[in-house]
Amino acid sequence: MPNAAQLVTIEVTVNGEKYRRQVEPRMLLVEFIREELDLTGTHIGCDTSYCGACTVQLNGSPVKSCTLLAVQADGGEILTVEGLEKDGQLHPLQKSFSEHHGLQCGYCTPGMLMSAHALLEQNPQADRKAIRKALAGNVCRCTGYQNILKAVEAVVNETKGGQ
Amino acid sequence: MYPAPFRYHRPASLKEAILMLSALGETAKPLAGGQTLIPVLKLRLDEPTDIVDIGRLPDLRFARKENDWIQIGALSSHGWIAKSDIASAIPIVRDCAGGIADAQVRSLGTIGGSVSAAHPNCDWPALLHVLDAEVVCSGPNGDRQVPVDQFISDAYTTTLATDELVTSLRFKAPAAGSGGAYITYKKAAAAFPVCSVGIQLTLGAGNLCQDLRIIMGGAGPTPRRALEAERELRGREINPQLWARAADAAIAVAEPDSDTRGDTAYKRQLLRGLILKVADVAMLRCANTKIEGSHIYA
Repeated sequence: MPNAAQLVTIEVTVNGEKYRRQVEPRMLLVEFIREELDLTGTHIGCDTSYCGACTVQLNGSPVKSCTLLAVQADGGEILTVEGLEKDGQLHPLQKSFSEHHGLQCGYCTPGMLMSAHALLEQNPQADRKAIRKALAGNVCRCTGYQNILKAVEAVVNETKGGQ
Repeated sequence: MYPAPFRYHRPASLKEAILMLSALGETAKPLAGGQTLIPVLKLRLDEPTDIVDIGRLPDLRFARKENDWIQIGALSSHGWIAKSDIASAIPIVRDCAGGIADAQVRSLGTIGGSVSAAHPNCDWPALLHVLDAEVVCSGPNGDRQVPVDQFISDAYTTTLATDELVTSLRFKAPAAGSGGAYITYKKAAAAFPVCSVGIQLTLGAGNLCQDLRIIMGGAGPTPRRALEAERELRGREINPQLWARAADAAIAVAEPDSDTRGDTAYKRQLLRGLILKVADVAMLRCANTKIEGSHIYA
């Protein structure tokens, strides 16, 4: 086993801001986001790639940041839950989660939001089946999921109504 | 959970990656999408001294048809493959790629990584066996093609050499009039599959079975071909009674482990049900019916 810790310089864009840091190669992306960048909205849930609480978007795709090394994200664009709000205004998904009671304890919510956000970016017209499939990698132990589905569906319907 | 410390390398080319793996030897591990390796490192089931990050090597993400062969680059992610033209043209590929784990894992996990990990319950090894695929391994002395059932020699074990990398997978495009389907049963999207079945079927006039392959995943240490079951059907006019007989013959050779996901007897019955369900979808697809094969959750 190597003894002296190797440090690797990485550069990532998180929520539109560039960061350059030296990290140990074994540092997970979620630890990097929380500990190095102090963005604690991204949660560590199961830490085994199951629950999805740590979901962020990397280059437009949803990923589990507990199952990705920070060095793998080098050069990438990351969006975390903190990046959803714009000019003091909550993102429509965040508003909808609030309005539809799509959360109780809130622990899974950042991950739910990021998975839903990735889906709606790729498929703004997503139907309930597509929403269920997109959120299948996010576990919620409080809500029973129904209000989460309603919240995402409402945003889709709003978008449709606005066209 | 942190992996044990390792040295990190990021080669710029395939050639450099192979030379690096060759020089570093057995304690080095290649990292592609990391969706198998990183959990392994975090649980410290493995503590490699060196990680060779091949995840961004150029030219290894593609899915194309050349003559009669379909070729898929090793670094193609499951999600990317599910949306490719190849998956639209060959529904059994879409069934598999679009149903693996969840959206997040499908963003990163790669077909090459999945085959190299050789998990007995995972989807790509079984699916590629259905399609009689070859694994293209690249090493210091060039490429070699290995049939997937020889490439995977045991649970979690392949015949890939330390200084080789899987660079693509290739298989003959299914013939016209051929239909296939692949369905996995699992407790939840992110859970490991309990069992899976893939069938590729070629029917002639009057539902005459010209050819077929039936593969069961999670039915032994490596994907298991149901040869007896195939013999029940090949050259015959297919009907539900014959499928039932084939399913019985198939589960007679299935050896699923008893574990927390179910005991052997339960899993055999599960496989039997899956065979009949997959057969239905494959038959409909032979008749050019557009139908979505969907993985089943408990």
